[in-house]
Amino acid sequence: MSLLTLKNLTKSFGGLMAVNDVSFDVEEGSIIGLIGPNGAGKTTVFNLITGNHRPDRGEIIFNGIHITGMLTHRIVSLGIGRTFQTIRLFQNLTALENVLAGRHARMKSGATGAMLRTPGQKREERDALASALRELSFVGLQEQANQLARNLSYGNQRLLEIARALATEPRLVILDEPASGMNEQETTLLIDLIRMIRDRKITILLIEHDMSLVMRACERIVVLEYGSKIAEGPPSAIKEDPKVIEAYLGTGD
Amino acid sequence: MNKKLYIYGAISVLLAVAPFFLNAYWVDVLNMIGIYAILALSLNLIVGHAGLFNLGHAAFYAVGAYTAAILNTKFGIPILWLLPASALAAGLFALIIARPIIHLRGDYLCIATIGAGEIVRIALINDIFGITGGPNGIFGIARPVVFDFVIRRPHEFYYFIWLFVAVTIFFFRRLENSRFGRALNYLREDEVAAEGSGINTTHYKLGCFVLGAAWAGMAGDIFAAKMTIIAPESFNFWESVVMFAIVILGGSGSIPGVLLGSFLFVGLPEMFRDFADARMMIFGLAMIIMMIFRTQGILPPTPRTYPVEITEKARVHG
Repeated sequence: MSLLTLKNLTKSFGGLMAVNDVSFDVEEGSIIGLIGPNGAGKTTVFNLITGNHRPDRGEIIFNGIHITGMLTHRIVSLGIGRTFQTIRLFQNLTALENVLAGRHARMKSGATGAMLRTPGQKREERDALASALRELSFVGLQEQANQLARNLSYGNQRLLEIARALATEPRLVILDEPASGMNEQETTLLIDLIRMIRDRKITILLIEHDMSLVMRACERIVVLEYGSKIAEGPPSAIKEDPKVIEAYLGTGD
Repeated sequence: MNKKLYIYGAISVLLAVAPFFLNAYWVDVLNMIGIYAILALSLNLIVGHAGLFNLGHAAFYAVGAYTAAILNTKFGIPILWLLPASALAAGLFALIIARPIIHLRGDYLCIATIGAGEIVRIALINDIFGITGGPNGIFGIARPVVFDFVIRRPHEFYYFIWLFVAVTIFFFRRLENSRFGRALNYLREDEVAAEGSGINTTHYKLGCFVLGAAWAGMAGDIFAAKMTIIAPESFNFWESVVMFAIVILGGSGSIPGVLLGSFLFVGLPEMFRDFADARMMIFGLAMIIMMIFRTQGILPPTPRTYPVEITEKARVHG
């Protein structure tokens, strides 16, 4: 069954057609790559799914629910977590607190509960802390728990964003260029991590420029060019697809 | 960590015995410091923690004070019983004015809050609904009574006000270290990322406005009880500026910083009264120098730490 369905998604900014009639399905439990040259509309597709933008036309169905035009935090609570292309951590807060942000949607207590420190609130805080620490360990940042996010290395900041997204208990996690700025060794570890996420029965949709990563990690690939889908299939087929080769390398003449 | 505890303990003891060594004038200065501390702590939720520029906080202070004054003088309800009424009125008022402007960013929100503050002040001067007494305000507000004991003299008020400061610190510290407090910080740091992490940012922006306003409303009740007469001029733009400056100068998001800021901002000008006009100039200069060399405030907040016990590399599976 497909977990996420995009139907005829269209979005333009002024005169620029950023996403043009894009449709594809994301099967539950799979790792899907979204690729395309710069400016192909990949991040816009992500922003449409996560509710940062509202599509002009088309619909998005997640887990049987229409999420088109829903507010971002609602979409997160339904089970879509994301990371950002340019790192968007809470720089002046600790790594642990960054991950706790992801726990927010799964917690309930409000201002009154906090001021009175009710037993329920205390239990919830304890549990949140424990699961935030678990996610930090999962990405290998347990040692850095009490360090400020801005003091982490670039690669670790990317991992921290993933931990924060995972803390929301997503069924689908959307990674926007997770390997950008990572070296060869970090990228290899990232591929392992992506597979470990999949082993947790979390579906993954990722944008990536690093072709070797996409080809190694993804089971299926969707290719965009100028906002339109030009190809879709397994990595082996995508590699051979003349339209994809043309889009990336240009034509001979 | 322990050293800090000793310092706070020593300051608390010092404050507790201070009225025995000071004359009525200086006790009254400390009373004003206390009221500003409550106001600045409440504004700190909005400006310091959530990073929302609010230069109209005096409006909520005014709504609280006038609610207490009107209900007390018209219906004879004891002023202490009106604390929740002041909080409710100010909180509700904040909800109404913040709802349409809350999506504004930074400087735009700041201008809108200045506008709201001025509207309140001018409405009060114009005797809105015929209940605010116009430019003369309201007089004859009853003193607070606790079990037949009437709080009247400065040093009696001192303990009442500073008890309220202590209660405020107690609750706000808990609030800082909670889901609510963290949510405010997330939205200050990066609103898009906060929303993307599952935080209803509009809800929390409104939440901190309402809570901050409600607390300022209670400060208004206390102020009305202390003065027994209130007038619109006690709630002008300058009051909002002072509260804002206390937060920024003391240390945005830091309770000790805001308290220190209140002492410096309200206390120092009193100490240097002999220098007459020069004191405000020196004070202004000090503010400028501070903002150049210590932008984070005198006592910036220390990062929250959590008990982290790393046992083994816990791996989660499905």
